[in-house]
Amino acid sequence: MKHLSEEEITLAYYNELDPAVRAHLDECDQCRAAFEELRRVLDGVRDIPVPERGESYGGEVWTRLLPHLPAEKPRRRWLQWWTVAPAMLAVAVAAFVAGILIEQRHETARGISARARERVLLIAMGDHLDRSQMVLAEVVNAAPGAVDLGDERGRARDLVVENRLLRQTATRRGDLSDAAVLDELERTLLDIANGPANPSASDIEALQQRIEKEGLLLKVRIIGSNVRQEGQQL
Amino acid sequence: MEWTDSGAAEEARKGNQQAFRVLVERHSRSIFRLAFRMTGNEQDAEDMVQETFLRAWKQMHRYDGRASFGTWVYRIAANASLDLIRSRKVRGEMQAAAEGDGAGAFEHVAADAPSPERLTQSNQVARMLGPALEQLSEMERTAFLLRHYEGCGTEEIARALGVHNNAAKQTVFRAVQKLRRALEPAWGMAR
Repeated sequence: MKHLSEEEITLAYYNELDPAVRAHLDECDQCRAAFEELRRVLDGVRDIPVPERGESYGGEVWTRLLPHLPAEKPRRRWLQWWTVAPAMLAVAVAAFVAGILIEQRHETARGISARARERVLLIAMGDHLDRSQMVLAEVVNAAPGAVDLGDERGRARDLVVENRLLRQTATRRGDLSDAAVLDELERTLLDIANGPANPSASDIEALQQRIEKEGLLLKVRIIGSNVRQEGQQL
Repeated sequence: MEWTDSGAAEEARKGNQQAFRVLVERHSRSIFRLAFRMTGNEQDAEDMVQETFLRAWKQMHRYDGRASFGTWVYRIAANASLDLIRSRKVRGEMQAAAEGDGAGAFEHVAADAPSPERLTQSNQVARMLGPALEQLSEMERTAFLLRHYEGCGTEEIARALGVHNNAAKQTVFRAVQKLRRALEPAWGMAR
């Protein structure tokens, strides 16, 4: 009778061999010897003694892991912001129009409308800068080697659109220093958005050096902080 | 409410760290066992557990639920351990460990280990296993580890690898062939 192939002997070890073929193993000394040889090797691999880890091990791993994880991304808040954004924009426009209408009748009311409009703008700007900071921080802290910017690319793409509107608004309002920082931020966000999801070590280092050289993260942080303070004072 | 693996993975993909915590707590022990088998060193295995879950967190958006989370993270752990083995090889540390008295590589083996003869053989095999696994392709290594240590059937391995059942079966077979050739000397020495 035909002897078992190496593949069939392997299947026999893992109990996946057809029972009819397996019956041959009990009858054939040659195949039985080949099977025993394989079993010795594979059982030996399985027998490697492994130190035990208790039930609480998973919790210990989590405790050690947590400081290395990035701060939890406020995705929910971000999504809510996007949901609320059109409504906020509508409020800003309504406040603007109402301000003009009321201006004709009550001079004092115009100040309140303008303040509300300013506050909405500052909130939008602060939120945008917070989210931009997170993206920049992820890039700056990425360890060259196995970088995955897939998530950051998507976020940068969304932020670019928002950034453009805010930059144009800042220019119109005469906030030229804010507009300049937003311009720098926009170029960096565009690079991230249009770059590869898995940049090479040299690419990521070049990007990190540029962000650090321009002090972009710090500038964004400072403007964000100023914007928040201004918003609170209004 | 207790999360299933797939429910927790779905939440973790959205950035929910508490859901990810559930997965870490649930799979750490099996990842440690795999890493220890591959690296042969307790401290390295601990480092690999941490590295594995860090990589998993960063790659959660890529997890598509085709394979179970356990299988997916197992594959990450195998690759992380292999990266370590490669870097050690470059630095020549593997050779130093093999030339030592064996205490370095397996000083923390379980107290209820088998007979001295069998332990000697196991230590020998353990030292050879990492480099032997390195000779396998990524697919072969993953298929073998899933089949041999996790008891996964052909279908689950096929899902994890994204191949047909027959290809998965062939992959396991090729892995066994290669490992057998690489590890047989350990039995020759212990005999």
